[in-house]
Amino acid sequence: MAISKRAAVAPVEPEKQQFLTFLLGGEPFAISILVIKEIIEYGQLTAVPLMPDFIRGVLNLRGQVLPVIDLAARFGRAQAEVARRTCIVIIEIDNDGEKQDVGIIVDSVSEVMDIAADMIQPAPAFGAKIRVDFIDGMVEIDGRFIIILNVDRVLSIDEMTLLASIDEDVEEATAAAQ
Amino acid sequence: MNLDAALQTFLVESRELLEDMESRLLQTESEAADADTINAIFRAAHTIKGSAGLFGLDDVVKFTHVVESVLDKVRDGNVPLDSNLADIFLESCDQISALVDNVANGNDAPDAALEQKGSGLIDRLNVYLGVAPQAVAVAAPTVVAAPEIERSGIVADTDNWHISLRFGTDVFRNGMDPLAFMRYLRTLGEIVAVSTISDALPAFDAFDAESCYLGFEINFKSDVDKAAIEGVFEFVREDARITILSPRSCIADYIELIRNLPEEEMLLGDILIKCGTLSEQELNVGLNAQAELAEEISLPLGSILIGNGAVQADVVEAAVEKQQQVKDAKNKQQRLIRIDADKLDHLIGLIGELVIAGAGANLIAKRSAISEMLEAGELMGNLIEEVRDTALSIRMVQIGETFSRFQRVVRDVSKEIGKDIGLIINGAETELDKTVVEKIGDPLMHLVRNSMDHGIEKAEVRAERGKPLQGTIELNAFHDSGSIVIEVSDDGGGLNKDRILSKAIEKGIVPANHNLSDPEIYKLIFAAGFSTAEQVTNLSGRGVGMDVVRQNIEALRGTISIASEMGVGSTMSIRLPLTLAIIDGFLVQVGRSAFVIPLDMVVECIELNTNDRDQEQLRNYINLRGEVLPYIRLREFFEIGKESEIDGRFDGRENIVVVRYAGVKVGIVVDTLHGEFQTVIKPMGKIFSHIRGIGGSTILATGEVALIIDIRSLIEKVQANEPQPLQLLNE
Repeated sequence: MAISKRAAVAPVEPEKQQFLTFLLGGEPFAISILVIKEIIEYGQLTAVPLMPDFIRGVLNLRGQVLPVIDLAARFGRAQAEVARRTCIVIIEIDNDGEKQDVGIIVDSVSEVMDIAADMIQPAPAFGAKIRVDFIDGMVEIDGRFIIILNVDRVLSIDEMTLLASIDEDVEEATAAAQ
Repeated sequence: MNLDAALQTFLVESRELLEDMESRLLQTESEAADADTINAIFRAAHTIKGSAGLFGLDDVVKFTHVVESVLDKVRDGNVPLDSNLADIFLESCDQISALVDNVANGNDAPDAALEQKGSGLIDRLNVYLGVAPQAVAVAAPTVVAAPEIERSGIVADTDNWHISLRFGTDVFRNGMDPLAFMRYLRTLGEIVAVSTISDALPAFDAFDAESCYLGFEINFKSDVDKAAIEGVFEFVREDARITILSPRSCIADYIELIRNLPEEEMLLGDILIKCGTLSEQELNVGLNAQAELAEEISLPLGSILIGNGAVQADVVEAAVEKQQQVKDAKNKQQRLIRIDADKLDHLIGLIGELVIAGAGANLIAKRSAISEMLEAGELMGNLIEEVRDTALSIRMVQIGETFSRFQRVVRDVSKEIGKDIGLIINGAETELDKTVVEKIGDPLMHLVRNSMDHGIEKAEVRAERGKPLQGTIELNAFHDSGSIVIEVSDDGGGLNKDRILSKAIEKGIVPANHNLSDPEIYKLIFAAGFSTAEQVTNLSGRGVGMDVVRQNIEALRGTISIASEMGVGSTMSIRLPLTLAIIDGFLVQVGRSAFVIPLDMVVECIELNTNDRDQEQLRNYINLRGEVLPYIRLREFFEIGKESEIDGRFDGRENIVVVRYAGVKVGIVVDTLHGEFQTVIKPMGKIFSHIRGIGGSTILATGEVALIIDIRSLIEKVQANEPQPLQLLNE
């Protein structure tokens, strides 16, 4: 069920952008398709020990080993349950000019939709139960708000690396205290 | 100057000129030839000859010269350009083109067919030059007839002496002048020909005006005896190579002379002339009366000359052999190729994929249980392994080149700081990855300079301590269980523990009440902002170097340690992983997770017996044949399956993989041993850069990812987790 990025990119008017919408814990989210490389079925992940909850493990994507992020856990919620429609969306992150591919676990992908720039509202100061800087904006579709994620922030390699190392240090401290 | 590039230009240019020549020749056939056209044809031939001469392409020169001579006559109006002559010229064009192609293909001498065709054309051209037809007639039949008579003869057909001289480089310094010998030689007879051998001349910047680089081959006509000629060279007999061959010497002598000649790239004809086997007259016959050309052309005329009976076949053979040797030596030099590092990385990446794909195919073959398929898979597996090793070895270079740079450094620095210091190099042939070699140079430079500056004492101090006045720095490299160790040792004063400690306390690097072990104190010199030298020299002493050294080495995933003894010397050991893209691994399993342990660290595998397991609340070590072997439980360390299984205990058998790192043996407890596994190291990305105990990842035959255990950081972390002395916790 891989959706090629190229096939999805159609010439769009400048003010319109294409977004992939998906569900996470029943809530709809959207990510600009420009950063999405492909979508694959949830497969066997290899857990990496001593990592925080939101790093679910690593995945072999045609010979490339990618970290897989549990988006729900990243938002500070419970880890996502793996179900029949669980997918991994492969996203290309630009980390200081260095390209790094990362997979994110989503409950199910919905559709690719065109969203005009003027439809996007700014995020509320609070109430979304997600860090404000993770949200690029919100858009109302059929009476529901879809959160457009700021991928650079959500999947900030630097921040995740820091979190992973803090986790380890905390553990070390507790081990030393014992 | 790159002659190869110039040669390419010549080849391209010649082909263009030949095309031009050809089209103009065809033009003369259809319409009356005008002066311009003939001039253009002449110029083309002339240019080719000239350029070919620059490159020493004597085949081309020799042939083109004849063509040019005839063209000259045509241009002067002495010979009319009829269709017959145009035909010959067109064929000559083809011949030159073939000769040029021959050069382009890297062959020095044209093959027999080409040569024969060439001589045939020369014969036809010579007709226009007014060469006596009988000479032409003679040339052809003797090819078959003459050798039978001549080959059986064992003496060369010359009436002259042949003297081969190679003066020693010091001949001028010894007050001799080669020219004077020549003059004296002339009083004994007639020097028929001298050819100067200048091949030993070095490049201009290496040239020493006081040295003699020349050799001479002299064809000498005289009635005196050998002793008289030898007498001429009496004064230089000691340091010059002199060979004197009497008239009508045995062929064997000539052959020996050719073989003994210093390595020079000489053309066959050249050698023969130089050896005096050929006289000028014989040469002329070979050239069919082109006597006036003989002076400027050296002739690789082997076959023609044999044909004419001028030279014995075995002499030619020896000369050919000599040429071959020179060529072989040249080929050997050119066997090194420079490769773009990216291409190499790409190749190794692909081989990594191949290894994984091969393992996958093998797994399927095993499942299918078709024995032929299994066999084929195994064969392929072996080949893949070989390809892998070869590809990886391309990246490996010897450390010797890096080490030998230090000869100069040690020499210069010891002069600069006024100490007498020698350098000893060991293990120069130790191989390590090219990228590591490139990055280790600077840290090594720091360490060596540091040892020279701070380590080695001044001469007076050394004399007082009863040491040899000359200090010694030693560079050593060797492989040790999957790592490469590079040591920089000196026989100097050793590190002063007390001074280091007091300095460190003074600089606030460590608190005053610390109880530190010796190695810990030594390690302080790698701390930022530390320097014990009383005086800051321009070499070291600013406390920056050692800090940078440590950072550089850590960036290569290496460690550095110091061993030192007061008054005896100190040794800095750098331990680096053989950072390779593919390693031999040992596959183990804990719960559902697979792990790879670098195989070269694995010493043995034993079963963890139930007795020891029952004692594990008390102690985490076993008795390994009388040795204490501490072990690490991967299941506990990595918190695997704790939630799902009671007490985190696995009910089945458990095994201990005994590994050795930096001389320490440690056991690693795992569930299942799967055995050897070709491990392609895959980077895990920055997110995992802080993870301790995991060094990377790899892909199993099933496509699953397995983690590679980094023994070093695993042991370090386990040690850090051990209860520490109370004092340290005060920090």
